[in-house]
Amino acid sequence: MSEFFETSAFFAVFLSILSYGIGVMLKKKWKLALFNPLLTAVILVILFLAVSNVDSSVYQEGAKPISFLLTPATICLAVPLYEKMELLKNNYKAILTGIFSGVLTSLASIFLLAFLFKLDHASYVTLLPKSITTAIGIGVSEELGGYVSVTAAVIIVTGVIGNMFAETICRIFNIHDPIARGIAIGASSHAIGTVKAMELGEVEGAMSSLSIVVSGILTVIGAGMFARFIR
Amino acid sequence: MKFLRQFGIILLISFLGEVLYVLLPFPIPAGIYGIIILFSGLQTGMVSLSSVKETSDFLIEIMPMMFVPAAAGLMDSWQAVKGDLLPYAVITVITTCAVMIVSGRVVQFGVRRDRHE
Repeated sequence: MSEFFETSAFFAVFLSILSYGIGVMLKKKWKLALFNPLLTAVILVILFLAVSNVDSSVYQEGAKPISFLLTPATICLAVPLYEKMELLKNNYKAILTGIFSGVLTSLASIFLLAFLFKLDHASYVTLLPKSITTAIGIGVSEELGGYVSVTAAVIIVTGVIGNMFAETICRIFNIHDPIARGIAIGASSHAIGTVKAMELGEVEGAMSSLSIVVSGILTVIGAGMFARFIR
Repeated sequence: MKFLRQFGIILLISFLGEVLYVLLPFPIPAGIYGIIILFSGLQTGMVSLSSVKETSDFLIEIMPMMFVPAAAGLMDSWQAVKGDLLPYAVITVITTCAVMIVSGRVVQFGVRRDRHE
């Protein structure tokens, strides 16, 4: 069985689309945060690979055309941002202060908890870039001497958590303003969270995209400083 | 031809992002440079909205699906995480929520204050 999938050019991409499609359908039917389309899709893919005995690396190799599109798609986030330029201009002070405080909260809370858990330097710097987009986060982790593959995993889990619970958290903590919700989602859970922000509304999506860029760059600078706090 | 042209422009910007990544000494990936390039292009009028709009909407719509392979690849790093699972899990959950709450509240406060001024 595995051999057939190894030679198939389309199975991995189709499996990804199908699993995500099923995830979206389930979410439509039961509107629970637990039925997150991405989470459902990942579980379905992992189950399929386990049942059909296909090696994970075969799937990853076959799914490369999908990853190829990730950079072009990320770049396109500039379009909704441009379309909401007026909002950005009128609220830039609040927006920048918010992103800055988000980055600071991220680094400081990771430091505090890492200190309490007595993590060593390598594990600590592995976690520092956890709230920013994968490609930047991996670079930061590598430069500071973290475990790159763990950083990638933690970043993805962070995104899925943000994506799943953004609505609930915003409701509990009375964050109703669309600009505030967008910035909050992008600053905490990068591109995977932004997917949720886009669902919530155009303003949320645009602000979340902006938040990814600014918090990514601020974290590059901030993580270097925070890295020194645990030796 | 419209879609070919739009996709061509987006790939050209992706490529320019890659060039900047190689030339500049920062750990900033091509995608982030690309957002900045496309945004500046739109802002200065060098790139018109109609020359990227439909393809861009399509790529953004299918973007969530693009995270499936990476997230399914999580299983492969299980061995590396297993030993420190508890601290990693606690830190990931708490800090993600903390960042969302703090940045959201700060922006909301600022936006409302500016509106009243």
